[in-house]
Amino acid sequence: MTVLAELKSLTQCFGNRTVLDNVTLQIQQGEILALLGPNGSGKTTLLKVLAFLLKPKSGEIRFQGEIVTDKNSERMRLQSALVFQRTVLFSTSVFNNVAYGLKMRKTPKPVINEEVRKALKLVKLEGFEKRSAKKLSGGEQQRVALARALVLKNRLLLLDEPTANLDPKNASLIEEIILTVNRELKTTIVMATHNMFEAKTIPHRVALINNGRITEVGATSDIFTKLSRNLASFAAVENTFLGTARITEAGTTIVDVGNDVQIETAFAKQGETSVFISPQDIILSKKPFESSARNVLMGRINQISDIGSLVKLTVDVGKPFTVQITKRSFGEMSLNLGAEVFIIFKASSVQEI
Amino acid sequence: MKAFQLIFSGDPTLYGIIYRSLLFSGVAAILAVLWATPIAMLLGLKNFPGKSIIKGFFTALIGIPTVALGLFLWLILSKETGPLGFLGLLYSPGAIILGEALLVTPLIVSIATNAIEAVDPEMINLAKTLGASESQASIAVLKEAINGIVFSNIAGFNRAIAELGVALMVGGNLAGLTDVLTTDISSDTARGDFPTAIALAIILLAIVFGINLIIVIARNPRVLLTLGRMPQ
Repeated sequence: MTVLAELKSLTQCFGNRTVLDNVTLQIQQGEILALLGPNGSGKTTLLKVLAFLLKPKSGEIRFQGEIVTDKNSERMRLQSALVFQRTVLFSTSVFNNVAYGLKMRKTPKPVINEEVRKALKLVKLEGFEKRSAKKLSGGEQQRVALARALVLKNRLLLLDEPTANLDPKNASLIEEIILTVNRELKTTIVMATHNMFEAKTIPHRVALINNGRITEVGATSDIFTKLSRNLASFAAVENTFLGTARITEAGTTIVDVGNDVQIETAFAKQGETSVFISPQDIILSKKPFESSARNVLMGRINQISDIGSLVKLTVDVGKPFTVQITKRSFGEMSLNLGAEVFIIFKASSVQEI
Repeated sequence: MKAFQLIFSGDPTLYGIIYRSLLFSGVAAILAVLWATPIAMLLGLKNFPGKSIIKGFFTALIGIPTVALGLFLWLILSKETGPLGFLGLLYSPGAIILGEALLVTPLIVSIATNAIEAVDPEMINLAKTLGASESQASIAVLKEAINGIVFSNIAGFNRAIAELGVALMVGGNLAGLTDVLTTDISSDTARGDFPTAIALAIILLAIVFGINLIIVIARNPRVLLTLGRMPQ
């Protein structure tokens, strides 16, 4: 395998805070590499360095064998495109947004028209050319941002939490596009994520990042088989818990994740294990209700954040659970900080990592 | 009534005054934009020590009394005492244009800086990662701030055309050379020629409103369709 980009002993500080600490990483041509780590672990900074937007304080970056310097960073940027976590759009039409990079490259107009049409088709926004980009829904906006990077056909595509702010439908659409682009255009992709499930299903390799350090890099399957041992240091990844599993008389498995929180699972397991529950699989309720779901936990809301059409809540049931609900439900349930709520999820929604 | 007769009489003196008013304040506003926009970009996009002091300085200067600025300029441009007296600018159109350009600079800088600061801070990085050079990325930010920048220009032009102090002090209200709408309104009133003063005042108001209206409509032609409808 050829190496597309290489970071050597990279360090980056903002003020006196070290954001990247001696990072060494190789990106192979044609791979999808996920940077998995909690919020604030340095994922975004690392992506900005790879997009040649941030100059590291020390260390070396090589792209296709060439050392990146102040002088050539502008030229290097033509080969790498970053899609930001928070969608930033130009206040103009979808067409002009997607065409921007091609215009900067002085691409002839007929080619621009054709490429923009293809890129919009790829992100399932055919015929959206004339629409005002800022008036689209959150998911559509993120897809415009993705098309705007894809249209350039750069060697390296960098995605910062591409699905974090999206509803499940748009999220799976984006995941599908990522896989298609990698398979068909052979684009090398580096994506930041703090979603365990995404990290487990999409990339070829995973790099674990915490406190600005890369703690482990390897093939996805290897990383996830070993991960449970490392997970203690990794607790900040949402809805991922380390616990002890035991099989009950009824034949189900209960995982004790500490602080009196017990999670019932559909898989059979004995001993130490790590589990993950997707925020989308959790139902939030003000009252407990009778259902087939095996897990009903009571807690208080201790964090609310607005992410576009969705609201992300953290519910402390002894362990913090992240739950995603639509803005409309949030409004109708009139929830606020400190409110007592129940989180409900099926045993089959609990995934073993 | 006489005021309206004057307006529609086609009096060349009157048109001369209108022409000079538009010309002087137009050129002054354009000059001010030429130096105020780069200052606003610097203040809006870069971080450096003392930035907030400079911003505060410009904001404070928005309210500078026109007569005070006129006086300072008079002292600077005066042939006898002024360091720039040798230029012979005093009581010339150049003096008015320079004075009005200086007068509106803080206003344009402040409004344009705010507009640029309101643009998403990632916009520069976005443009760059899509292949823009430093200057192309700055242009992308300017485009996003265009409404605020256009507004700053209109505000600058309005302040220039409507001000009296600078034009009077350094222009001298010389008939046919440096007299503009505001200085003539002032001198006509002093002379007791109220019909002319009223006619000129109506024209001044019409110009200010008219230009603002045209720009509002040009920025968003749909305004015309929504006229008369209640804003939602």
